[in-house]
Amino acid sequence: MAERFDAVVVGAGPAGSMAALQLARAGRSVCLLERGPFPGSKNLYGGVVYARVLDGILPRWAEEAPLERFVTRRVTMVLTATQSLAVDFRSSAWGEAPYNGATALRPEFDAWLAAQAEAEGAVLVCSTTATGLLVDASGAVVGVRTDRPGGEIGAGVVVACDGVNALLAKEAGLAEAPDPSHYTLGVKQVLRLPEAEIERRFGLAPGEGADFEILGGTGEVPGGGFLYTNRDTLSVGVVLSLDGLSRSAVRPEEVLAGLTAHPAIAPLVDGGEVVEFGAHLIPEAGLEMMPRLAGDGILVAGDAAGMCLAAGIWLEGVNFAMASGSAAGEAAAEALVAGDTTRRGLAGYEARLSSGFVLADHRRLRHAPGLVLSERVQRRYPEMVCNLVEELFTVRNPAPKPGVVQMARRAARRSGVGLGDLLRDGWRAWRTFG
Amino acid sequence: MTRRSAAVSFEDVMATTEFRPAPAAHITVDGDACRGCTTRACVTACPARLFVPIADGGILFNYEQCFECGGCYLVCNEKGAISWSYPEGGAGVVYRRG
Repeated sequence: MAERFDAVVVGAGPAGSMAALQLARAGRSVCLLERGPFPGSKNLYGGVVYARVLDGILPRWAEEAPLERFVTRRVTMVLTATQSLAVDFRSSAWGEAPYNGATALRPEFDAWLAAQAEAEGAVLVCSTTATGLLVDASGAVVGVRTDRPGGEIGAGVVVACDGVNALLAKEAGLAEAPDPSHYTLGVKQVLRLPEAEIERRFGLAPGEGADFEILGGTGEVPGGGFLYTNRDTLSVGVVLSLDGLSRSAVRPEEVLAGLTAHPAIAPLVDGGEVVEFGAHLIPEAGLEMMPRLAGDGILVAGDAAGMCLAAGIWLEGVNFAMASGSAAGEAAAEALVAGDTTRRGLAGYEARLSSGFVLADHRRLRHAPGLVLSERVQRRYPEMVCNLVEELFTVRNPAPKPGVVQMARRAARRSGVGLGDLLRDGWRAWRTFG
Repeated sequence: MTRRSAAVSFEDVMATTEFRPAPAAHITVDGDACRGCTTRACVTACPARLFVPIADGGILFNYEQCFECGGCYLVCNEKGAISWSYPEGGAGVVYRRG
């Protein structure tokens, strides 16, 4: 065997870099493998990072990380083909410490985070794909195979942070065969605009950013849309049910073109020059899709473990990746010191996640994805609400105004929404988000 | 030059993303299995338009502009028609603003 480390972490995304950082900080030798030419080069998200999970680990993240803009304006928007309704929230508090979300470009943010792991002593090896697991006679994982000549790397623990396709967790028998209904496909264009123009158009001070979350802009494919301001670019995209997409006759870029042509969105992206296009799967189903998190000699973290929160009003992923990776690194280091890297020896990982927000949020919001992607929430409620608001503000003199209750009834009937649906979904929403 | 995003062709949009093609394909498609497929979900779902139906009923596949998302094998309902792995280290898509 060519090389041996206490631990090998596969994937230098936010989960992997945090795992490697914690292992190195605990004094263990750790190899951080990345298949791209640099960390972040394979990674794509919306995107906003909620980085306060780093407060206790990398306390100077807000000054040091390559962030684009701190989000001070959050717009939650509902679209029909011809209407839009938005809740436009601003908070200057989000523009100051301790901050809330920040837009960031993953090739820059992930590379920074990997560099923090390196600074602690992790050995980063890029342009190297882990092609499989090394397993001993008892079935325990004892390292990884890579596509470099003689590239077997032995390790006491392998931390699989290899992303949403979770190839290593599947190989280890920790993950079931994937169900396409558990995934959405994110498709994104990055559009360049002058920095000052972005600030003028979105009403932002220098350094401040806007985050638009959009429901109902995806035509016949269930999903949603997003628009984020970076320093001198916009990230605009759609998130589409993979099932819904494959059943439709509409292609992803057509859905995205529909969103950017919508009268509420078109003026915001007008004149932006396309500078990058990409797509990435999102593990949408939370606990429903979560693999077993530990096996003998192996832990799974980040997207590979389904640790991404796609719960309608809350859309978070990088923070779950960083927190799960950090917990995996700590637990692996602890197991290595104790000399027991069996599944039982690695149980500290799940214990940490259970006592923190990672599993608590997933447990609480386990029914959210189904609710958010349901036909009523996707299509009928947006139409109903937009029609109601249109009715409210349309002045029909000399005809007298109907009562609001009557308008609401009519809007519900027009969209095929019954009182029973409203009560049932209201109850589900209360139980999920309440 | 500033252009409206809607006016740019799909090929031009794809050309904005950097790809470093590997010498070997990381995805293989079993043409025989595809000829029996009626849904062709990969053709609709692939965000890079890499799956193209051909006259004999099979599917032509180009791996060089693959985003490596994995959507194709997940939507494929002809068991084993698409074998999928990651490209060799250093090759494939390189995002700069992902």
